[in-house]
Amino acid sequence: MEQLNLLVAAPELILAIGALALLMLGVFRQNAAGASLVMWLSIALLVVAGLVAYAADEASNTAFGGVFVSDGVSRFAKIFIFFGTAVTLWMSRDYLNRAKLMQFEFPVLVVFAALGMSMMVSSGDLIALYVGLELQSLSLYVLASFRRDSVRSTEAGLKYFVLGALSSGLLLFGSSFVYGAAGSTEFTVIAEHATGDHTNIAMVIGLALMLAGLAFKISAAPFHMWTPDVYEGAPTPVTAFFATAPKMAAAVLMVRVLYDGFGNAVESWQMIVAFLAAASMLLGSIAAIGQTDIKRLMAYSSIGHMGFALVGLAAGNEAGARGVLVYLAVYMVMNLGVFAYILTMRREGVLVTKISDLAGLWEKDGFAAICLVILMFSLAGIPPLAGFWAKWYVFQAAVEAELIWLLLVATVAAVISAFYYLRLIKIMVFDDSEAEFDTPMGREFRIVLGLSAAVMVLFVAGGLGVTQMAADAATLYAR
Amino acid sequence: MEIGLTHYLTVASILFVIGIFGIFLNRKNVIIILMSIELMLLAVNINFVAFSTHLNDLGGQVFTMFVLTVAAAEAAIGLAILVCFHRNRGTIAVEDVAMMKG
Repeated sequence: MEQLNLLVAAPELILAIGALALLMLGVFRQNAAGASLVMWLSIALLVVAGLVAYAADEASNTAFGGVFVSDGVSRFAKIFIFFGTAVTLWMSRDYLNRAKLMQFEFPVLVVFAALGMSMMVSSGDLIALYVGLELQSLSLYVLASFRRDSVRSTEAGLKYFVLGALSSGLLLFGSSFVYGAAGSTEFTVIAEHATGDHTNIAMVIGLALMLAGLAFKISAAPFHMWTPDVYEGAPTPVTAFFATAPKMAAAVLMVRVLYDGFGNAVESWQMIVAFLAAASMLLGSIAAIGQTDIKRLMAYSSIGHMGFALVGLAAGNEAGARGVLVYLAVYMVMNLGVFAYILTMRREGVLVTKISDLAGLWEKDGFAAICLVILMFSLAGIPPLAGFWAKWYVFQAAVEAELIWLLLVATVAAVISAFYYLRLIKIMVFDDSEAEFDTPMGREFRIVLGLSAAVMVLFVAGGLGVTQMAADAATLYAR
Repeated sequence: MEIGLTHYLTVASILFVIGIFGIFLNRKNVIIILMSIELMLLAVNINFVAFSTHLNDLGGQVFTMFVLTVAAAEAAIGLAILVCFHRNRGTIAVEDVAMMKG
């Protein structure tokens, strides 16, 4: 048995101990000032954990006897998860203060969710995977229903809970079969037994059920039905959180399971993942057309984008792993920018979420309109913005894997989805409206919106180092 | 008749499928959904323990302990959300959990 190697899990230890300390602090200072203090300390804690993750070794290291793995892929994911979570917390302060929801539980739950996500991306064993996933999911169920006096928010929480628990059940039932077939819960041992041999029925059933469970978590069609309702019903900062860090964590978890655990059996899962990808891309782009609520629209947009990320995963090669990482990183930055604006769409102090409310933005707030136009073009994947390069890398992986039919579907879906992003731009730039949003827009929202739009434009310059970092991380899966 | 691994797996699979049907076919009450979720997790536990004994490996039983613990936490959170929902809506019938659609 290997050593404990506690230092490898340094970011997680910092978060776990820090979150428990913050919980105590919150309990002993139960007022709005105390909650605000806990909020700032949580943001600081996440930034520290992000810096520690950034400083971590890129080589593969294991802790707790191989259950916990730290390598380039987990490092990449953790940096984005921690910083992305810190940014969403920073943006949620304004909403929480106005809605009188500033309670210390909110930041602590978000930190616990971030801890669960970083456990997920570092898991080297089915038990670690399950525990990390549940820590994340349980925190997210509570966050979705955080507005306890609202029917919509509690209904969103209830729906998310029921379908999330169902998906955990599928995942677990699958892992029990994988355990039975491989004789161990460690990914390294599973990889030795999963050789793409279809006579091993237990392994095939286990893999299929685990994939179904994971597809629920990343909201891939046909397991997406919770997404629009939860995005619409949850408080907006929570929706912003759902659309960013957990997506990165779940997709990287899928890379972990499929590449680490089932890397020798690519042909047994390639078609399933390709089907999930095709279904999500088409559903995400077609169902979004009729939406009138911007949070619902972003939900369908996230289903579509997860489909594109799965194209890279379906390739099952080194380029695929790089593509997934770049795609998720770009997607996260784009969404942070868009939600920074959605969080400021207020009229007389109340958040509005209708798409038609954006009309005439170009005249009223030129800076926000330009940033949003850039972000929408990027979401649609128009060159030379970052969204185009993200798609470029996953398509490149699919070409290498000779998944030409999937590429055709992806292109069609990208064209259809361009329609509703362009419609948003049309409403902002060409439609007229008298109604104005409350001004001024908070400083943090301007900074996040401006920065994410700048990243979209500047990404063409060598991917701002992100592409290289993802490529280095993906060398782990070179064959 | 010798009771072997297959028998345990069959029982677990039947329980699991009953759990899934309980979630999708039930039109009455959210509590029944919570019970179905419990049933699914217990089916998983039977599977793990059966495989664990069959393989002569303790890993599966350790996993069962984790599943049991998490299932308890999950039930607590589910009930808490349900209580909040009932306060707002005044009902926990499945057909009333439908404010948002489309």
